[in-house]
Amino acid sequence: MPEKLYPKFKDEVSKTPGGENIKRCYQCGTCNVSCPIREIDEKYNPRKIIRMVILGMKERVLSSDFIWLCTACYTCQERCPQDVRIPEVMNAIKNLAVKEGHVHSSFIKQAKTIESTGWAHVMSEFEKKRRAQLELPPVYKECPEVQEVFRLTGLNKLTHAEGTG
Amino acid sequence: MQKVPDKLKYSFFIGCATPVLTSNYELSTRKVAEKLGIELIDIEDFACCGFPLKSVDQETSILMAARDLCIAEEHGLNICTICPGCTSMLTEVSKKLEEDSQLKKQIDRKLQKIGRTYNGGVEVKHFIRILHDDIGVEKIKKTMKKSLEGLRIAPHYGCHYMKPSGIYDRFEDPEFPKTLDELISLTGAESVNYEDKIQCCGGYVLGVDENISFALASKKLDHVKATNADAIGLLCPLCSVMYDRNQRAIERRFNKSYSLPVLFYPQILGLALGLDPTDLGLEMNRVKPTSLLDKL
Repeated sequence: MPEKLYPKFKDEVSKTPGGENIKRCYQCGTCNVSCPIREIDEKYNPRKIIRMVILGMKERVLSSDFIWLCTACYTCQERCPQDVRIPEVMNAIKNLAVKEGHVHSSFIKQAKTIESTGWAHVMSEFEKKRRAQLELPPVYKECPEVQEVFRLTGLNKLTHAEGTG
Repeated sequence: MQKVPDKLKYSFFIGCATPVLTSNYELSTRKVAEKLGIELIDIEDFACCGFPLKSVDQETSILMAARDLCIAEEHGLNICTICPGCTSMLTEVSKKLEEDSQLKKQIDRKLQKIGRTYNGGVEVKHFIRILHDDIGVEKIKKTMKKSLEGLRIAPHYGCHYMKPSGIYDRFEDPEFPKTLDELISLTGAESVNYEDKIQCCGGYVLGVDENISFALASKKLDHVKATNADAIGLLCPLCSVMYDRNQRAIERRFNKSYSLPVLFYPQILGLALGLDPTDLGLEMNRVKPTSLLDKL
């Protein structure tokens, strides 16, 4: 059966923050030749991902693993002659993927840590003691305000959903 | 902002990676700041800058950054960062809120619910730029106690220190950056050029695909090793995790041998300012910089 196409997918992406300039892409491939990840593994292909979005291959793009491989180095963004802002487009696509229930486990794990502790890395008791020995100030404090932030944006629905992370 | 903060007094936005993974960066930054008269104020209420949430939900990431900017504003202080990820996130959001009134309204409504108000005007600056722009190369040179002549150091800029260049008003040419080179040279050490100097460390995808991430880091280590440099000099905790903390694992994975010390710039400058290697956390570096210290 041929793949179902969603002609409006490109509009969805362009209306999501970061995705505004996606339709400017004229497929020159400057992003691909600038991309350090693609140099190592061809499964990450920013030019092709943009083409797939324009063609409406929504399900395949949003459920893919490759959209999570952008290392956010911004080299392609600096060089793109059409100011497509590819890493921001990738963020828009990833945000849409999350809404459709596709989220890479490492990111959801990190989101949970931030929600519960205020920070993306947890400081162990050992490290706390070591900081004291080094005469470094205690920098982290419990931050319930962050849980409120997650509630206000609705991200808590994702971090508290069953079977995530 | 109502009052103009003192230029050399900043709120210290330490980020999450540094105190947990790279205390040597924190130690050396604090010591160098003290030596040069830069006052760094710790603020307990700061939380994550929001950068790690950008891929998941941008509104949450913006709200997290806006909240931190509000807190700095409440203290009447600009922000000194040491993690380039935090630097870019906080800078980008302060710019967005200034330019996009609709977004500002949306964020203001949510900030109000957590009892915060955003007026804007807080400047966000990486510690390296404070050294370079606010203190200045010439002034630092005058404070120097010991020349690092004979050392060859390969600068690694990483990504978010200077990119996306638009949010930083292009203070660096992202293809040919020079601030870190200048800061290394002022110590008397040679700043070594090498292949693919602006290449990323791959740390951002470490949790997604370790193989790709390690392969990217390994390329940098290859390129620097080829120049016989004594060390990599850098300014990002995540890049240090890739090149220093993970160096042994990368050597094993790709059957390589590097033994390449990786120093944070404040550790390098600290040596030139006559500070003790222990105070600069050099003993905490995974790849021991013994041969480098012997040269001095």
